[in-house]
Amino acid sequence: MSHGFYIALSYGSAAVIVALLIGWVWLDGRARRRELAELEAAGIHRRSADARKGGSA
Amino acid sequence: MSESLAITKFSDLANPTRFLGLAARIIPWLGCLTAVLFGVGLYLSFTTQGDYQQGSTVRIMYVHVPAAWLSMMCYSVMALSAIGTLVWRHPLADVSHKAAAPLGAAFTLIALATGALWGKPMWGTWWVWDARLTSVFILFLMYLGLIALNRALDDPSRGARLSAVLILVGFVNIPIIKFSVEWWNTLHQPASVMRLDGPTIDNEFLIPLLVMAFAFTFLFFTLHLMAMRNEIWRRRVTAQRRMAARMAGREL
Amino acid sequence: MTALLLRDLKLSVRAGGGALIGVLFFMTVVAVIPFGVGPDLNLLSRIGPAIVWIGALLSALLGLDRLFQTEREDGSLDLILMQEHPLVLTVLVKCLAHWVANCLPLVIAAPLLGLFMNMSEVAIGAVTLTLLVGTPALTFIGAVGAAVAVALPRGGLLVSILVLPLAIPVLIFGVSASYAAVQDPAPFMPPFLILIAITMFFAVLGPLGAALALRNAGD
Repeated sequence: MSHGFYIALSYGSAAVIVALLIGWVWLDGRARRRELAELEAAGIHRRSADARKGGSA
Repeated sequence: MSESLAITKFSDLANPTRFLGLAARIIPWLGCLTAVLFGVGLYLSFTTQGDYQQGSTVRIMYVHVPAAWLSMMCYSVMALSAIGTLVWRHPLADVSHKAAAPLGAAFTLIALATGALWGKPMWGTWWVWDARLTSVFILFLMYLGLIALNRALDDPSRGARLSAVLILVGFVNIPIIKFSVEWWNTLHQPASVMRLDGPTIDNEFLIPLLVMAFAFTFLFFTLHLMAMRNEIWRRRVTAQRRMAARMAGREL
Repeated sequence: MTALLLRDLKLSVRAGGGALIGVLFFMTVVAVIPFGVGPDLNLLSRIGPAIVWIGALLSALLGLDRLFQTEREDGSLDLILMQEHPLVLTVLVKCLAHWVANCLPLVIAAPLLGLFMNMSEVAIGAVTLTLLVGTPALTFIGAVGAAVAVALPRGGLLVSILVLPLAIPVLIFGVSASYAAVQDPAPFMPPFLILIAITMFFAVLGPLGAALALRNAGD
């Protein structure tokens, strides 16, 4: 098989993995943001003291 | 004075809200920079000449080497964050090493896949138990084990400290594993396998390689910031849900 | 400390024969191999040291999740955490007790399995010696995994996954020292000495990491 095939395959696989990674991070972020917005809409606000709790709770 | 200023800046970052604000400002810029670097890097890597010995397959190097470099850098970032978790109890450090593990696994997977695709035309097999390939494979297994541990622990702050211990123990072990795999390899490997690190790299290959390495590094930092942001949001959602449930329970 | 050692030993001997199960598993794994590779005695004697080592590695991992789990279940883990002795030393003693109860039987069973594998006397001696020196390292590095997984409801399999990559150096030097004893050109001492060095290094790193994990798993 020609070398071009392997080059295309390796760039392609790298691109697919990177795309999956970006897609996962992006969609995860959107889902979390939507959940926060839903909670906000349901009238559950963060206490200001929660600002520190977000990381350490 | 400047040192104490740096420390205040650093502990300012411990406030997740401030971190989120900073991340929101930085992420678009980092994303654009990454895209530009990838554009330049890909253009360069497809326009430069092929190596006389390896032909055009040398282009695989422009993906493979940066991914392999990142697979190691990511573990170092995780080890630094683990120290941050255990020594300073820095709340963002927890988030940082938890968010970095899947990224590291993905870059290690890229390095393995492109390595196999490079090996097939060069060595004639998809996989050789070469010292370097083998240690990258062990690193991949360690990333997967850490991800599995992170998923199995439900209390985020205790879980973060436990996986930090494991990250550090693994980090101390990496040189030993590397050394022993090299020993094992010289014992078993027939000497005929072609080495990739032949002559020193020519400038012509070095420039695209460097550009691609920077592109991958910036990609990692962009994704890392975004994943950290996601993790903070996820913890807020669970904290607020718990609070809402508690309030609902009180009303009943 | 000796009291703790004796107590742990007594418990592990009495508690349903955990050591016996480890040896049984070891024998079963090694006995299954010929069915996979065929009854060729030459081939078996060639791969014998490696098979015995891999079998011992897997069996040593088998009982590791019990190292701190029973203490956690009956609450004595909190007592151990609160006492005045340095926690690192306590963990070290517990590891030693675990090694005597679970790994020493494996070392004793190894020569018998070497006979099944048609290994020469020298090879059997070398494998037994390297197992004697190398298995403590497996216990020490496994203690970190056991301490991390102590908070988990079902930690057993996860401990093995986390510990196996870290145990690779022990396996490499154990097997290559055993082979060096049989095959002529390779000297026996260098890999054997490195194996001892690895065991001593893990004897420090393992209890330190395990103690750190136990402190953090508590609250």
